[in-house]
Amino acid sequence: MPKVMKKIKSITINADLCNGCRACEVICSLFHATPRYSSNNPARSRIRIVREPLRDIYLPVYAGEYTPAECTGRDTYIIDGKKYDECEFCRASCPSRDLFKEPDSGLPLKCDMCEDEPPLAKPKCVEWCLNDALIFEEREEEVEEAEASAPDIEIGVEALIDKHGLQQVLDAVARMAKP
Amino acid sequence: MRYAETGFELEVDLSRGSIDRVETDPELTKLHLGGLGTSARILWDRVPAETEAFSEDNLLIFASGLLCGTAAPGCNRTVVSTFSPQTQLLAYSMMGGFWAPELKHAGYDKVIIRGKSPELVYLWIHNDKVEIRDAAHLRGKGAIETAECIRQELKEPNAQVAAIGLAGENRVFYASIEQGRSSASRGGIGAVMGDKGLKAIVVRGTRDVNVARPEEFMSLCDDVLKYIKYRADHPIPGVPAILQGLGSPQEMAIVDEQWHTTSFMWGNARTRRKDFWTHEIEEKWRKTQEDVRTRLIGCYNCPMKCGATISVPGQPTYMMKCYSKLTYTMAAYSDLEFGFKIAQRATEYGVDGFSTPQVMAFALELLEAGILTDADFPGMPADVEGRFFWLLDRIVRREGIGDVLADGVYWAARRIGKGAERFDHNTIKKHEQLPLKLGMLNPVYYLMYATGEKINITQIEGQFPQAPFPTMEERAAFVEDWIQVPDDKFKRYLLEWEPRGEKSNPHYPSVQASCDVVDWQEKMHYIDDALGTCAGLSSFPLKPPYHIHNFPKFISAGTGIDFDSSSLWKAATRNRTLLRAINVRRGMRRADDKPPEDHWKKRFPELEKTLLDEYYKLKGWDANGIPTKESLLDLDLACVAEDLEQRGILGKANASAQKSSPGEEAEGKKALSHA
Repeated sequence: MPKVMKKIKSITINADLCNGCRACEVICSLFHATPRYSSNNPARSRIRIVREPLRDIYLPVYAGEYTPAECTGRDTYIIDGKKYDECEFCRASCPSRDLFKEPDSGLPLKCDMCEDEPPLAKPKCVEWCLNDALIFEEREEEVEEAEASAPDIEIGVEALIDKHGLQQVLDAVARMAKP
Repeated sequence: MRYAETGFELEVDLSRGSIDRVETDPELTKLHLGGLGTSARILWDRVPAETEAFSEDNLLIFASGLLCGTAAPGCNRTVVSTFSPQTQLLAYSMMGGFWAPELKHAGYDKVIIRGKSPELVYLWIHNDKVEIRDAAHLRGKGAIETAECIRQELKEPNAQVAAIGLAGENRVFYASIEQGRSSASRGGIGAVMGDKGLKAIVVRGTRDVNVARPEEFMSLCDDVLKYIKYRADHPIPGVPAILQGLGSPQEMAIVDEQWHTTSFMWGNARTRRKDFWTHEIEEKWRKTQEDVRTRLIGCYNCPMKCGATISVPGQPTYMMKCYSKLTYTMAAYSDLEFGFKIAQRATEYGVDGFSTPQVMAFALELLEAGILTDADFPGMPADVEGRFFWLLDRIVRREGIGDVLADGVYWAARRIGKGAERFDHNTIKKHEQLPLKLGMLNPVYYLMYATGEKINITQIEGQFPQAPFPTMEERAAFVEDWIQVPDDKFKRYLLEWEPRGEKSNPHYPSVQASCDVVDWQEKMHYIDDALGTCAGLSSFPLKPPYHIHNFPKFISAGTGIDFDSSSLWKAATRNRTLLRAINVRRGMRRADDKPPEDHWKKRFPELEKTLLDEYYKLKGWDANGIPTKESLLDLDLACVAEDLEQRGILGKANASAQKSSPGEEAEGKKALSHA
């Protein structure tokens, strides 16, 4: 495999500094609204705070890959005396929970680091977190050249096929394609 | 399409068990904005003036502010309004937290509750699905405990819950509505909720909230965030620690309580302890606070950290904010550790942190004075902390003396008699106030105490410094970047204000200046209460990010309804006047507009009369505090004018106007206040 230099974008999540305000969810949903900033809806956000104030659990989690099947993970972590389900750390848009899915269609959501043209200095959630619970870092790393990943539309269609079956999706597309 | 608001309300009749989704009139948004403004209009239109608090006809309205659920930072307030069992006037109380934005996302601006359920129920709102559900299993449960139970039984960890505790169920006149992080606790609104048989309202919403001009709205939001950052780096010099920054006073972060503990009164608003704060106390209280405080927390879409999670060993965890950490402490002449302990139980019971400690201190004073006896307190422990816990338990259950005390100081004093009335020295319009007793009359505060419809000073004050700066250099530095003033005259008022001499209290700020300052301060609160902006980012602190110059832009870009500062000023005036009219229609008059007799040692009856006269004039009210027909018509409130005329309130009221002066019925109180 040939090696290439790649820009790695990462966010350091300091959950200890999170005040639980969910501004990250708010601005994420606004940035990804169409037209941009036209509507707020944290249920559409690609970052969610797992938030249980009475147990002092404040855990910002970013949406990752879509997965069609539940995993077997049901383990429990105890960190600093606080109990977390394994699920709470997981970034997947998965059938076992309503996290990281469009509330109406059920289509999966994934953090894209607010890719934009021209590029933003940092993702909006980081910019709006005045408590520094989210810190953006960008660095160059030598990585193996990756295969081209599936574009967003294919991930969306795949999710629809998983949910409704190939035939139903084909039928729907055919119906909608009629003039 | 409606922007910023959803354009729908939920009408729930608990007597009939009916639920309706009703579209609202966009004209009312133009007139009253939303939140408290539109709620007041509904209360005016639909609750007859004779309606008692515990009547099926009384409405209990949970309203989101107009900008709640948009990107505007800190716009998250729920305004609950109804008629109070204690004051028998309009009661409204706000809470931050997460409830109002969730309601917007569910698709509603308000929930309007009418009637009474025969059984204890809770309301479950999940987008279009709304149910009245049995709450028998939640009877007697704490407010926080209730929220946890409901989230678990619905399997909805993200649902937001506003609930009452035992105090609300038992109609304690100062019962609160609790939301975990926040509470709406003034005016006895929790008692009305309990009277309606409603244990909780639970909301989960996953809908969009839209704004009319997205890019413009977002750039305003970015400016607010920048200014919040700027203010974090630029605290105001020359004022007490808790007034230097933004937010609710940062009681959870700050340990330095010199200002509260040495300026506010201990006990039943009795004793000032000027020498209380020492290095030893500071170290002890620091340890207490840091030991129990798990995390500093914020409300929906707000970077501030005004609240905290509190875990006292051996007690369930709860959340707290602001001055309630000291109200029990100081009423009991105890210490901070006790304050954190009892506040946990008080939060679960759901009682107001201002009224409750004062009622208990009042009861112990009556015992000490022999007006109540040991027979009234069977089994009460000997230590003061134990006594407070004992009294709290009795009050929320309305057991024995607790039943009398559950109506608050004013009503309890009159039921007890035997001179107990003299111990009711810190209420306004029958409602317990902050424990403050001061020396020289302050004309600005005189007006706010006397006339505020909220009957609660912290919800009226703000913007203008509470005290003059000693030197001209400090004043000049303060006004230099004072962009929030509606008019440059306010800079002049501050520059000329001296701590001593001719240009000091009570004669300065001048009568005119005092009226202007009060007018500005309360206008900003009325705007906040309509928009759902937290006062902590707007009307309460010095130099806030929201002000009269950027609010109209927020409303215009948010709703698509164009406002400028003068039309917004007028809308706020309309709402303020409507609240006055609601209370006037229920019998409130000039004689009721007065602070506690002993609030200041040095009083100036002539000056006070002039202040009130001029303030009423500025407001467009007559000498009896009744809005005039002309001002009502000018504010597009013809229906209000007509109603007041039909009742004979307008058109003949002037005759009795000048009768009262502050403290007319308070001869007895004077003696006591110097005791």
